[in-house]
Amino acid sequence: MQRRGFLQLMLGAGAALLLMPIQALAAIWNKAAFEATTKSEAVKGLEIPAETPSQEIEIVAPDFAENGAVVQVEVRSRIIGTEAIAILVDKNPTPLIANFMFSKGAEPAVVTRIKMAETSNVQVIVKAGDQYFSAVKQVEVSLSGC
Amino acid sequence: MMRDMKMRAQLKGSITEVKALLSHPMETGRRKNDLDETIPAHFIQLLTATLNGKTVLEAQWGTGVSKNPYLTFYLRDAKVGDTVRITWHDNLGESGHGEIAVTQG
Repeated sequence: MQRRGFLQLMLGAGAALLLMPIQALAAIWNKAAFEATTKSEAVKGLEIPAETPSQEIEIVAPDFAENGAVVQVEVRSRIIGTEAIAILVDKNPTPLIANFMFSKGAEPAVVTRIKMAETSNVQVIVKAGDQYFSAVKQVEVSLSGC
Repeated sequence: MMRDMKMRAQLKGSITEVKALLSHPMETGRRKNDLDETIPAHFIQLLTATLNGKTVLEAQWGTGVSKNPYLTFYLRDAKVGDTVRITWHDNLGESGHGEIAVTQG
């Protein structure tokens, strides 16, 4: 009986150790924001109270994308103190695509490829301290990528 | 399963351009296979880039990043020979990494 108890305890401890990495990751990953099905919910999930339009954010994306499965987007922020760049696609089933957080030594710029379900605005939200700035660029999509 | 990562880090003037091409299906969980069964979601959630072991970029991704993700970012204080490392974790507990030395562009 004692031995069985010990074995059960060990098994339990082992299972807990195996599960830990996923649980730890789940704690970091912003589930509420990424699983949101509207842009406003996603923005709320990112805890962004309000964002100000800014000319200091540059979005390079095609005006017209034939294949929505792969749309290359380049984002660069000239806002001093930029800490994070979030990319959202208004009309995607889950609008939040990615959130990039920059540490000292990294330029606040990124190039990546995203999926787009249909013609939509690509919105970029930049976090600088406790302020948020945004810019949009419309991309016309002919073949859905979602 | 192969989880290759192609990487390049080139010093151009004072900025190092890091390019990475990851190998990952990035399944949304909304697609169906030929038998009309839903293909489970399988996508990278977290990605971290370090320069000589120090974190320079942390990213959280959703299902909207394209299959076989492509990423470029830029570093300010890197020198030729410095090490850039990228590590990712996905929603199924898989992970992968790639490492490259900075070269003169």
